Amino acid sequence: MESTADVPLVKPSRPLSVKETTVIAFENVAYSYSGSELLADVSLRLAPGSFHFLTGPSGSGKSTFLKLAYAELRPTTGRVTLFDRDVTTLSRDDVARTRRRIGIVHQDCRFLDHMTLAANMALPFTVSDRESDPKELDELLGWVGLSHLSGALPPQLSGGERQRAALARAVIVDPDVILADEPTGNVDWEMSLKILTLLVELNRMGKTIVVATHDLNLIRQAKAQVQTRVLRIAKHRVQLAGADL
Amino acid sequence: MKPPAAKPASPSTRAIRVVPSSGPTAWLTSFTAAAMTFLCVFALALSLASGRLADRWSDALARTATIRLSAPAEQVQVQTDAILLVLSTTPGIASYQAIDDDDTRALLEPWFGPDLPIESLPIPRLFEVVEAVPGYDSEGLRNRLTAEAPGAILDDHTRWRRPLAEAAARLRFLGLLSIALIGATMAAMITLAARAALATNIEVIRVLRLVGAKDSYIARAFVRRFTLRAFGGAMVGAAAGLAGVAALPAADAAGGFLTGLGFTGAGWLWPMALPPIAALVAFVATRRAAFQKLRELT
Repeated sequence: MESTADVPLVKPSRPLSVKETTVIAFENVAYSYSGSELLADVSLRLAPGSFHFLTGPSGSGKSTFLKLAYAELRPTTGRVTLFDRDVTTLSRDDVARTRRRIGIVHQDCRFLDHMTLAANMALPFTVSDRESDPKELDELLGWVGLSHLSGALPPQLSGGERQRAALARAVIVDPDVILADEPTGNVDWEMSLKILTLLVELNRMGKTIVVATHDLNLIRQAKAQVQTRVLRIAKHRVQLAGADL
Repeated sequence: MKPPAAKPASPSTRAIRVVPSSGPTAWLTSFTAAAMTFLCVFALALSLASGRLADRWSDALARTATIRLSAPAEQVQVQTDAILLVLSTTPGIASYQAIDDDDTRALLEPWFGPDLPIESLPIPRLFEVVEAVPGYDSEGLRNRLTAEAPGAILDDHTRWRRPLAEAAARLRFLGLLSIALIGATMAAMITLAARAALATNIEVIRVLRLVGAKDSYIARAFVRRFTLRAFGGAMVGAAAGLAGVAALPAADAAGGFLTGLGFTGAGWLWPMALPPIAALVAFVATRRAAFQKLRELT
């Protein structure tokens, strides 16, 4: 099933290269683990500036889909291309460089617990041997409402604070794509709406967003604010949904 | 809650901070480096001293020769005169002398006591020959002695020098082998410590990869930390080793066997090379372990 290339609502904040017309593309992708098929015959293209939800029951392969989309996993068969480059042709360094264009938000919000929130936020800069601008860092912390916690250690943060911090870290290097795996899985509805608002803002800034979630209320709320597509994983296949939501 | 303003850290310092510093591998690496360097200092001291001692013995024997005269009593004086004449006319000899009865008695005293009746025993007459620079032709001297004094035998200590030279070479080799084995053991232990640290910090590695860290960056964080720990530990070990060698009993007090054990002159600087070598060993071992582990984690 192929998702039609969405028309971006706004121009991307950092234009893709002239040759790049698709940020993420799956062509007949299948993924098996220990002989068990998780995904089969997945074909889709995500256009720059699009907003997609990925839904499906627990264990249906949402996380696997996202891992394939940021090259943590390689497809068993088929082809995954990131920014028009086949992931199987990417060296280990290429994968690292590609991930700097992809902001990843996990449900369990992986942080380095021995470093402050500010240091964790600046991590994408740190690992590329670049200096982060303290002013921009402050602004970003303000954007997610965590300015007062910049010196706190991750274990001191609540679930909602961690999710917002993870989102801020994902966007600090101005990535082209945000992949969020159950970003509202551990927070209450009020915090879910706050996180959704941040994602919608990012999409309006031109970022391509993919959110894996099983929260249909969240999807409905998003559709009221921004043009989205809903992809559903069922029986190992990704189907376009939406009209029934 | 804002962190205090501080001087921006260098990229290398920032890299090292992404890895938590606590854990048993920290002291294990430092302790291993300290202990191994301490042993290395002694291996080095023993190697250098053994080589020096054997060289000294060999040199001393190489510069002197002995002529032993065994002849019937009535021939002794005639052949003694002939030997002295030959020695006086042989180029390359700095000095020579016939060892008289008193000196012979003194030489044999450690074995036979002070009251040995030299005169009544068929003890050969000895001549000590000291070589000049350049030396004499030993084969030519041997031939002339055979012709002029048939009972004379020239002993230029070749049969003593060769095993001493071989022993010296073997001692040096064993010393170097010991140092190499100690270095390899240190590399193995640091590799194990590095792999343990990498395994303990898998979540850290996953986070770093998630935000776009290259393997070289992750490896650098671990390598730098282990290299610094090894260097610090080796400095302590080298200092302790030097103190230990310096505290060895003086040659006179320890007796002849220990004469010269330790370092002399510029030799005291050799142990100073050990901490940088330990750091290099740690650098190579950790880097290798880190890249291997990172490949496994893919």
